[in-house]
Amino acid sequence: MNKVVTNAKEAIKGIADNMTLMLGGFGLCGIPENCISALVEADIKGLTCISNNAGVDDFGLGLLLQKKQIKKMISSYVGENAEFERQMLSGELEVDLIPQGSLAARCYAAGAGIPAFFTPAGFGTEVAEGKEIRDYNGKPHILEAALHADFAIVKAWKGDKLGNLVFKGTARNFNPAMAMAGKITIAEVEELVEPGELDPNFIHTPGIFIQRIFQGVDYEKRIEQRTVRSKA
Amino acid sequence: MLDRDGIARRIAQELQDGWYVNLGIGIPTLIANHIPQGISVEFQSENGILGMGPFPYEGEEDADLINAGKQTITAMPGAAIFDSATSFAMIRGGHIQMTVLGAMEVAQNGDIANWKIPGKMVKGMGGAMDLVASSDNIIVAMTHTNRKGKSKLLRACTLPLTGVGCVRKIVTNMAVLDVVPGGFKLIERAPGVSVAEIQAATEGDLIIEGDIPEMVL
Repeated sequence: MNKVVTNAKEAIKGIADNMTLMLGGFGLCGIPENCISALVEADIKGLTCISNNAGVDDFGLGLLLQKKQIKKMISSYVGENAEFERQMLSGELEVDLIPQGSLAARCYAAGAGIPAFFTPAGFGTEVAEGKEIRDYNGKPHILEAALHADFAIVKAWKGDKLGNLVFKGTARNFNPAMAMAGKITIAEVEELVEPGELDPNFIHTPGIFIQRIFQGVDYEKRIEQRTVRSKA
Repeated sequence: MLDRDGIARRIAQELQDGWYVNLGIGIPTLIANHIPQGISVEFQSENGILGMGPFPYEGEEDADLINAGKQTITAMPGAAIFDSATSFAMIRGGHIQMTVLGAMEVAQNGDIANWKIPGKMVKGMGGAMDLVASSDNIIVAMTHTNRKGKSKLLRACTLPLTGVGCVRKIVTNMAVLDVVPGGFKLIERAPGVSVAEIQAATEGDLIIEGDIPEMVL
């Protein structure tokens, strides 16, 4: 079993124009920085990107937006990105906004073999338009389908060569659910270790969900909203 | 009239010992600064932490530790970190006892709108639709009127909805109101604000029963 690739360029081999990608992260926290850069360099176009957010103008998925590589975004929250807003309002970019919990559950469902599920989120709103409604426990729910991706790209803190992953802090966010939902899932990690070095009791994403793994370089880990308190 | 911090202070009085609480972005975030003495609550942030603590000291910011507003935070002793699917299992599954969020409009039947102004502002709903559809205890923190002076407490929402019939209580800079059949029931007045002023700033039906006390902050 060899899942280890040398770098992001090798990891994204096979990603072609018009594919659907899932990218982990919440804001700029826990995003696969190395693979995003490699996608920019490879100039792959017409992408459908499933990601909770769309980055900021000059970082994260914003880098792909700048080069107009994204055809459609599926997200829950897309503020903080002027270029995104411009492309959306001009109609260049197709945008599907979905409730954050439904996004996470739809990724998880795809990976878990659940084709669809009922949720109360979005009932009575635009989100429910065209979807089946059914009452459970006296409350209306809408039918949401699993979300699949040709490739899922996640970022972890540590990983071993079998693809077992450990995340740090809230950089975990969408990464575990998306890791489950890719036909091929790529993991970039800050530290790649030998099997046996990670405690099996504390693995967040089991290696079965990961097909390719590599140790990333030069993580910027940009902070979007730096909030502090003074010691005084 | 209350300022943003005053609204947060009044909502903090609703907290009960042992509750798990989700606070939205903006005014709701300030509630964490006003937890009443003698009670302990755990704050959940939907990006994946229970036991969210205050902002870090300068120089101790961690890019891997943020809240749902993407602000740097700390973790309290006993905090737990989890992924987004688990986070919304807590929310959807009814394990959160109180949710506070902002709104652009609230209707007297409990409908809320806070995610989109067609043709103008489209930021997305984030976790708001899951949150309001899942808790029995939804409190809205907002100003009573918008920047143009128009009431945000309406007979019916005009903006795209975030959720239907879900808001239980509203705390504004002018009043505390409960959503009851037939309208907004006035519970308390903000310091120095008269019932007539609240009536004038409320487009929806206002239910006034007996003397309306002033808030004690």
